[in-house]
Amino acid sequence: METELKEKITGLFEKNRERIFSNDPPEISHLREESFNRFLELDFPSTRLEGWKNTDLKKVLGRDYNFYFEPLDEKIDFDKIFQCEVPDFDTHIISLYNGWYIYRDKPLVKLPNGTIIGSFAKALKEYPEIVLKHFNKYAKNRVNGLNALNTAYAQDGVFIYVPDGVEAYKTIQMVNVLNREDDLFVQNRNLVVLGKNSKLTLVHCDDSHNFKSSFTNSVTEIYLDEGSYLNHYKLQNLNNNTSLINSTFFQQEKDSNLSTFAISLNGGLIRNDLNITLNGSGSNADVFGLYLVDKEQHVDNQVYIDHAKPNCTSNELFKGILDDQGSAVFNGHILVRKDAQKTNAYQTNRNILLTDKATVNSKPFLEIYADDVRCSHGATVGQLDDNAMFYIKSRGISEYNAKLLLMYAFAAEVINRISIAPLKDRIDDLVKKRLRGELAVCDQCVLHCKNQEKKYEFNIDMSKI
Amino acid sequence: MGNENNILDQVTQGEYKYGFYTDIETDIAPKGLNEGIIRLISQKKNEPEFMLEFRLKAFEKWKTMKQPNWAHLSIPPIDYQDISYYAAPKKKKEIGSLDEVDPELLDTFNKLGISLEEQKRLTGVAVDAVFDSVSVKTTFRGTLEKHGIIFCSFSEAVQNHPDLIKKYMGSVVPAGDNYFAALNSAVFTDGSFCYIPPGVRCPVELSTYFRINTAGTGQFERTLIVADEGSYVSYMEGCTAPMRDENQLHAAVVEIVALKDAVVKYSTVQNWYPGDKNGKGGVYNFVTKRGMCKGSHSKISWTQVETGSAITWKYPSCILLGDYSVGEFYSVAVTNNHQQADTGSKMTHIGKNTKSTIISKGISAGVSNNSYRGLVKISRRAENSRNFSQCDSLLLGDKCGAHTFPYIDTQNSSSIVEHEATTSKISDDQLFYCLQRGIDTEKAIGLIVNGYAKEVLKQLPMEFAVEAQKLLSISLEGSVG
Repeated sequence: METELKEKITGLFEKNRERIFSNDPPEISHLREESFNRFLELDFPSTRLEGWKNTDLKKVLGRDYNFYFEPLDEKIDFDKIFQCEVPDFDTHIISLYNGWYIYRDKPLVKLPNGTIIGSFAKALKEYPEIVLKHFNKYAKNRVNGLNALNTAYAQDGVFIYVPDGVEAYKTIQMVNVLNREDDLFVQNRNLVVLGKNSKLTLVHCDDSHNFKSSFTNSVTEIYLDEGSYLNHYKLQNLNNNTSLINSTFFQQEKDSNLSTFAISLNGGLIRNDLNITLNGSGSNADVFGLYLVDKEQHVDNQVYIDHAKPNCTSNELFKGILDDQGSAVFNGHILVRKDAQKTNAYQTNRNILLTDKATVNSKPFLEIYADDVRCSHGATVGQLDDNAMFYIKSRGISEYNAKLLLMYAFAAEVINRISIAPLKDRIDDLVKKRLRGELAVCDQCVLHCKNQEKKYEFNIDMSKI
Repeated sequence: MGNENNILDQVTQGEYKYGFYTDIETDIAPKGLNEGIIRLISQKKNEPEFMLEFRLKAFEKWKTMKQPNWAHLSIPPIDYQDISYYAAPKKKKEIGSLDEVDPELLDTFNKLGISLEEQKRLTGVAVDAVFDSVSVKTTFRGTLEKHGIIFCSFSEAVQNHPDLIKKYMGSVVPAGDNYFAALNSAVFTDGSFCYIPPGVRCPVELSTYFRINTAGTGQFERTLIVADEGSYVSYMEGCTAPMRDENQLHAAVVEIVALKDAVVKYSTVQNWYPGDKNGKGGVYNFVTKRGMCKGSHSKISWTQVETGSAITWKYPSCILLGDYSVGEFYSVAVTNNHQQADTGSKMTHIGKNTKSTIISKGISAGVSNNSYRGLVKISRRAENSRNFSQCDSLLLGDKCGAHTFPYIDTQNSSSIVEHEATTSKISDDQLFYCLQRGIDTEKAIGLIVNGYAKEVLKQLPMEFAVEAQKLLSISLEGSVG
């Protein structure tokens, strides 16, 4: 099955060589060839690899996917598909549609303050010096078959550049929508570069608009130069037939600050590979995750933090609620290198299992080669607290509502860390909706739901508490 | 105070003090591993047919296996054909009284502080001493027999209690369980066997002492403990080896079976030769230890103090099959100089309402690497199970490594699994507090380290606890800057 797909990919690569390489400077062409051979050698990750032991791609790779090597000529109703209804949330929206960058007027915009936003393919033409300086520099450190394939195949994606000292005045919202009547295999490649002392808020949404199977293999490289600050949110709300492998590589220089969220609301198979290299002293990374898993969904979060330089801090908090036959994997790996003294690293993973058929695999690893460090990790798997349930029920609240309240409280620890108020409220709403099982019936994507939540969520008579 | 000064003296000058070699005539098999050698071992030990079958089956399996490389260890290639798989002190006859034991041997064990003589009665420990691969003497047999307890060398058990061996050997660690267990199953030469009859509380601590003596040999012993319904036993294991420049292989298997309501407490102080300061020589300690809580309300508790060996690869584990069974694992692992350790525990919860606790304390110094690796698996039907794990690491020096690799695998909703771990160095505050009370750095660190390991040390039987505490200080000697 997988070999069929591999053969298909090899065939298509040769057949569409001209198209794939058409946009490339020689360095990139060379890299493509190299990466393709690497992919052939590494193959798709199998469960025999330690990092993929609990995420089996066999089934989803067995499907017959279609590949497209140029943007599909489709009439896109922007207003319908990319309407964003987060109340009071003013963003600059950029979009990938079925893996291709789409736009109203220009593929690459340079804002007055120097910020460049647009298509990756176009940026490669217009700003090769920036792209080539960073492209594949961070992803190459931890190569697996999938991201090698991405480097070989990917033709487009999003490019963002914030110059030194600039604070991007608007949140950039990157929406990746899948909407095709056939099964798609999408590979996009994104590059975000933050100059010295710059600041950016980036919201990255993955949505699907239909119920077709698709496979997204996306690689994002993000470079944070000295003193820069990035607020990064990933929202994932896909249909249950979709697979999403999202590899993100962060490279942090001195005194840079990263805060990243991975919020997986829905999706057939989601894997977030987060790789963070703290490559300058004084840098800090806050990594948060929330996953709500039910039916036969599978969410896998892999967080690899490399403390390469002294005086860095990292803080991880991942929480998940699992229902039905859902399964989740958490694998946190903190590496503290030899001279990375004065490192502080924390890692927490908490899970609630609601049924006996749900499964959690948690592997919080620490690998430490420096002595003046403070590292700790914790992982728990449990259920809703009986005493708390009893307390709430004894106040006349139905079991159903009590359960919702406790689950919501569990998730709130992550949600409350979102620093943008309108976004926080929206995610809050979505989580409540999701917990009530209403999100699945919503056929639109996350940010399209116009019905704002009522303020009064749990039908609880507060006077009784 | 006097005692502490003593410890400190040892701390400051302590080399590996068990590094002597006993010149004793040995019967040694030619180097190499093949079917012929296995048949030779089996024949020398005059084993029944089922044992030979077991060995050959394991050997067949072993040939198809590869040495595992997933651990956080760098293991130099081992030439399994360059090891002699059988070495025994010569002229081993039926030994009735101590007088008949080779005086050289007795002297060796006296040097090790393990008197095989009856004076041991005072401390109330029954000892089975294993020299190279052969059990030389078991003390206290009379007392034990009165209670119906069987405590003897594995070979004797094969001769005298073949039914028990047949029934339980390989039931917890199957012949082909893993690479080293398969190797052991094929070539093991001796070990201890212990059976506690129903309802008996073993009146003394049982103890096995292992020593590798002959050069170019490996030690492959096998221990089997069966605790029948409602019985109790506390079992201790210690080990040493001479200092040699070459590496010696120790691949042992320990199996424990606890039936309904039985309690087994297994303590180890592992002090194989760790190699010299430059990482030359030392024992490779690749051990498979596993206990099976077969009956309901049974309990198996592992306590280990790991200070020796150049490389340790060891995961004492519990299969909690019976409902309400309990598994415990307490460990202090110290690595210094070039030592490497990858150790931890596996708790497999299968029965309902099962409980497990893991407390692991790692201490690394010098340029050593110390890893905790553990698995807690809660299977679907293990309702209301509970696990608590705590794995702390202490780093002394900036060239060593301390790693934690826990695996948590939960498949039902009524169980609770908790894992927590910290890694840190000795806090400056603690050190400062001691210093300003007039306690010098070295002493202060000894104090803090012992306090750090206390939670585990207090689980050890008294005889062992004293030795373990001293060992801790000695192992860390020279690492304190």
